[in-house]
Amino acid sequence: MIGFLIRRLFGIAVTLLVICALTFTIFYLLPNDPAAQFCGKDCSTDHIELVRQQMGLSDPLYTQFARYVVGIFAGQTMGSGQYAVHCGFPCFGYSFQSAQPVWALMMDRLPASASLALGAAVLWLLLGLSAGVLSALRRNTWIDRTVMVGTIGVAALPVYFTAMILLYLVVTVLGWMPYPRYIAFSQDPVAWIRNLILPWITLALMYAAIYARMTRNSVIETMEEPYVRTARAKGMPERKVVGKHGLRPALTPVATMLGMDLGGLLAGALITESLFSLPGVGKLFADSLNKADQPVVMGITVLAAFFIVTSNLVVDLVYAWIDPRARIS
Amino acid sequence: MTALLEVSGLEVEFRTAEGIVKAVKGVDFTVERGKTLGIVGESGSGKSVTSLAVMGLHRAASSTVTGSVKFEGTELIGAVPETVRKLRGRRMAMIFQDALTSLHPYFTIGDQIAEAYREHHGGSRKAALERAVEVLGDVGIPEPRRRVHEHPHQFSGGMRQRAMIALALSCEPDLIIADEPTTALDVTVQAQVLELLKKLQQERGLGVIMITHDLGVIARVADEVLVMYGGSAAEQAPVDTLFASPRHPYTRGLLDSLPRLDAAEGEALSSIPGSPPSLLNPPPGCAFHPRCPVYAAEKNPLCTGERPQLRLVAEGHRNACQLDGVTA
Repeated sequence: MIGFLIRRLFGIAVTLLVICALTFTIFYLLPNDPAAQFCGKDCSTDHIELVRQQMGLSDPLYTQFARYVVGIFAGQTMGSGQYAVHCGFPCFGYSFQSAQPVWALMMDRLPASASLALGAAVLWLLLGLSAGVLSALRRNTWIDRTVMVGTIGVAALPVYFTAMILLYLVVTVLGWMPYPRYIAFSQDPVAWIRNLILPWITLALMYAAIYARMTRNSVIETMEEPYVRTARAKGMPERKVVGKHGLRPALTPVATMLGMDLGGLLAGALITESLFSLPGVGKLFADSLNKADQPVVMGITVLAAFFIVTSNLVVDLVYAWIDPRARIS
Repeated sequence: MTALLEVSGLEVEFRTAEGIVKAVKGVDFTVERGKTLGIVGESGSGKSVTSLAVMGLHRAASSTVTGSVKFEGTELIGAVPETVRKLRGRRMAMIFQDALTSLHPYFTIGDQIAEAYREHHGGSRKAALERAVEVLGDVGIPEPRRRVHEHPHQFSGGMRQRAMIALALSCEPDLIIADEPTTALDVTVQAQVLELLKKLQQERGLGVIMITHDLGVIARVADEVLVMYGGSAAEQAPVDTLFASPRHPYTRGLLDSLPRLDAAEGEALSSIPGSPPSLLNPPPGCAFHPRCPVYAAEKNPLCTGERPQLRLVAEGHRNACQLDGVTA
């Protein structure tokens, strides 16, 4: 088990390094000039050249990359002389736009993204699992058909469309609430929920549809397994046959998918956050990308990769916990 | 005294996308305490479907079971599902073919046995686990106290099948239905498992239905044999009679296709030509006639007329072949 963990952690480190290298190279190849950007308007060519020297942008790619990676862990001193600033661990550099440390920017935005992702996940699990299980157990009845047609319809709706319709109906037509704005949970939990409900629904609907279909297939498949028949042959009541013998294995792949999806969403739901002006990592990413704010985009990419890779590991550990066959002895 | 199990006119139909499949078309048999009924047939003959129908394990949503299944005189077809459920596992238990897929991969062997025991007998989890250790020991699993906490995938094939048998025995049932219990096993392990089943049956006076396509298994354990073909009974007789003087052409074909040690060198193994009948579009009359050597020779119209039923042709010997007594 320890050996397995060490191997996995090593794998994660390598994966992250490769992702960093790829992103770094892509930015290096882009035609924009970070030095000119950082320097601002009205900078003379000489001045830009000076900035370029100071930022180390004339160094070869691998030197810059090594400096970036080492800097994340060891920190680095940027600039020189009286302008020198030390950026401590974890150092992802400074935003070209706001001159704020990238790490602080991301951590500042993380709660909104996490709020959106976790709340939406609760909602889509409730909706998706119950619809999926119901559909599977009532297979080929009108309930099943309604759920399945409904999920195709919902899954086909683009997020921006759902968001617009929801906002128009709830805010404009019905006037149930003012236009939502993000309020931190620690500040006012009730307002936190009220203002996040629409983004939650927007994000959850699409996932709920996908989860319902996946759950349905998985439950149907599992209920045909010989071990479910054995449970019936033992004389177990149907409630236990379904709940204990059927659902547990049926939901294992759903748990896997949830891990992946959450991992991806923690680093920001780009479109949903932008639509609702939620100050999340996704919105930060979209804004930074528009302004070619390389350090921020780079930092968020690494953060997202970290979340996805880590959730992968968590999924594997959870898998081993539920399915004994997956345990490594 | 009423028989342990009395099945008569049992029919099972499945509703499929292609139409209604009649998998079992009127089967009758009786199982007495302390006796083993062997049901032989190739895949699709309806033998497994019959056993699942006895256990009440067909899903009402996709199948229809009619006829009569009486367990100690209690009618199970059309009974309240709860009545049948309480008999399942407790009074009649089933041993499935592939123990690896039939045991739940997530739970330990002990938990799976204890769960059934507690469902029927109540009591603490600890007492039920103790019972699991006991039955695992009964079926010859070494170190049962340790292995009770292991999962099915940690058992070898033979041990897994023993665990499956232990599960079936845990509630001390009166009837055991073993559906191809040794098919997935090595020959040596097969013999061990069969010996074990036979021993347990004799010790406990169980009624057993042994379902198999393997006549060797039948010869070893059965008292009475029912040969099934295409969803119907072809022939029924005590095991010695059946092997000594088979009367149905299908049974004769089965016996002829057994490899023999005394066969002349170079002699080809005989086989039954053709393939099992389609259950969706069964041939008219006797389901076996398209493959029957007797029909091929005589083209007797009896074979394509009425669907044949078992008839008593000798003491304790019943045959469905219409030509029995006509041509012999």
